[in-house]
Amino acid sequence: MSDKKLTFKKRLHILKHHYRGKKMAPAFNALHTFLFAPDETTHSGSHVRAADDLKRTMNTVIMALIPVLLFSMFNAGYQHYSAINGFPQEFSLMNDFLTWDNFWIGIIKVLPLVVVSYGVGLLIEFIFAVIKGHEVEEGYLVTGMLVPLIVPIDTPLWMLAVAVVFGVVIGKEVFGGTGMNILNPALTIRAFLFFAYPTWMSGDKVWVYEAVERAGGPDAISGETILGYLAQNKAAEMSYSVSDMFFGFIPGSVGETPTFLILLGGLFLIFSKIASWRIMLSAVIGSLVMGLIFNGVVDAGWIGETSKFYGLMSFDFWKHLIVGGLAFGIVYMATDPVTGAQTNRGKWFYGFFIGFLSVMIRVFNPAYPEGVFLAILLMNVFAPTIDHYVVRGNVKRRMKRLKNATILPKDSAGKANELHAETA
Amino acid sequence: MALLTKKDASLITDPLADNNPITIQVLGICSALAITAELKASIVMAVAVMFVLGLGNVVISLMRNIIPSKIRIIVQLIVVATLVIVVDQVLKAFAYELSKTLSVFVGLIITNCIIMGRFEAFALANGPWRSFLDGIGNSLGYGVILIIVGFFRELLGSGTLLGYKVLGDPIAKTGLYATGYENNGFMIIPPAALIVVGIIIWVQRSRNPALVEDN
Repeated sequence: MSDKKLTFKKRLHILKHHYRGKKMAPAFNALHTFLFAPDETTHSGSHVRAADDLKRTMNTVIMALIPVLLFSMFNAGYQHYSAINGFPQEFSLMNDFLTWDNFWIGIIKVLPLVVVSYGVGLLIEFIFAVIKGHEVEEGYLVTGMLVPLIVPIDTPLWMLAVAVVFGVVIGKEVFGGTGMNILNPALTIRAFLFFAYPTWMSGDKVWVYEAVERAGGPDAISGETILGYLAQNKAAEMSYSVSDMFFGFIPGSVGETPTFLILLGGLFLIFSKIASWRIMLSAVIGSLVMGLIFNGVVDAGWIGETSKFYGLMSFDFWKHLIVGGLAFGIVYMATDPVTGAQTNRGKWFYGFFIGFLSVMIRVFNPAYPEGVFLAILLMNVFAPTIDHYVVRGNVKRRMKRLKNATILPKDSAGKANELHAETA
Repeated sequence: MALLTKKDASLITDPLADNNPITIQVLGICSALAITAELKASIVMAVAVMFVLGLGNVVISLMRNIIPSKIRIIVQLIVVATLVIVVDQVLKAFAYELSKTLSVFVGLIITNCIIMGRFEAFALANGPWRSFLDGIGNSLGYGVILIIVGFFRELLGSGTLLGYKVLGDPIAKTGLYATGYENNGFMIIPPAALIVVGIIIWVQRSRNPALVEDN
């Protein structure tokens, strides 16, 4: 490319220098860093440049989310047409699922959610970068992709926009921006939507495109989630097979259904060392333990078939992992490095309780058919406490070791030296 | 002749902004969370606290030289309890529905930290006129926040103000509701008050950095 021709990047660069030190500078900086890799180097001090910077980390998570997003776009159409015409008798992936008709519904319903989520969220990041005079933070890149995947497909766009404003400002910016937040911003947005507009977040209409508009009419359609069926003790009316649940051909929030793809994404995140396998594994264990306890209670005959908890309690313990948002929450939300536990031992507790509480809330609270977001938010709050006690425990253990090592010299010199070397 | 000297006037104006009992001293949060879902209840609560605090400050100030300091808390409690019972009975007699809404929180004015705080910090050491002004000022500061919070919570949560449907009818889908707007259920539940109060504190501190404590 000739030097005389001004590329967009160069124009931005010139603009950036022009505005250096002025109020709008962070906005231009942000746009520059967001679109291109800046070629400036730092001038003072020694800096270690690691390839896995924040932007790279975020991009890896987004890469792990892309298959889920694509699947959800097809599933949006599949659920819509299946609700109208009935589920296909013999399911064929190419003819029934991966069709342009299905994908078109995804384009007109799922893409706007993504666009609104990113548009509003990044706008707020820009505004706060300008107010604070900081560089813009990449913190919203992952949140912006997670948000459209965890809301029902018929969520009105203005509600999503309001929730994103709330989640980013109250959930993140008031604490000091990316890396300082206590609660996962995507889940804060989900929780806000849930408590602010409960009619749009539960029931049997919101999970299928057009079901809300058609409600009450002659062509009314609906799609109850599996957890919804179970909560009403209507397991018998459910026509989904285990493979439907595992591969995600079921109604639910936009991107929470394809457990198989989420599993692949989770493995990708583990092998790229972005997400913690300890949290994922312990969360799976936690949910299985809680599920087993409930199954055991049913087997022991303590809960009769007439009980309102029977449907969910008798649900096979391992199936909790493949319905609802549990898998999605464990892989993409619980492993958020900012809001999760930091210590290795703490991660085990943190993950375990996320799984344990998710299933518990699911079963015991019929008002919250999905407990995953509440469980993760709750454990977000407790994560610093868990870390505190893990660190304290560590300090105590080492103090004890030190004490033993310093008392021992009187007994035998050789042993004392050995221990002394170990503690030093 | 000015009605109030400058020093006296500051007793009323200070608590409205830079020494606000709720946003700066963080007192009286409990009732601010509980009763602000409706603007009407907020206003009545503000008036009730103004009555109790204004009169209570005067009574305590008049008795300040004869109250033995060892039992002063008990004396203060008796004074405030008497006044609160008067308020409660008046509400029950003339605004029964409202007193149901406010329920236990009128009684809980007794434990409102702002009241005991002003008795202890001001009325025990100042004359009745200044104590009266201080009581009015602090209860105004409390009331202003209550009314702001109540205004936003009722407007966004129920789409009404003082019971009038200012945004249209949510069931008949008139006014703003015709465009697809919906009431925000989150604003009805008490945690929303905490967030609105938090935002007020945030705005106030951004406007006046002198209020921010050093860390």
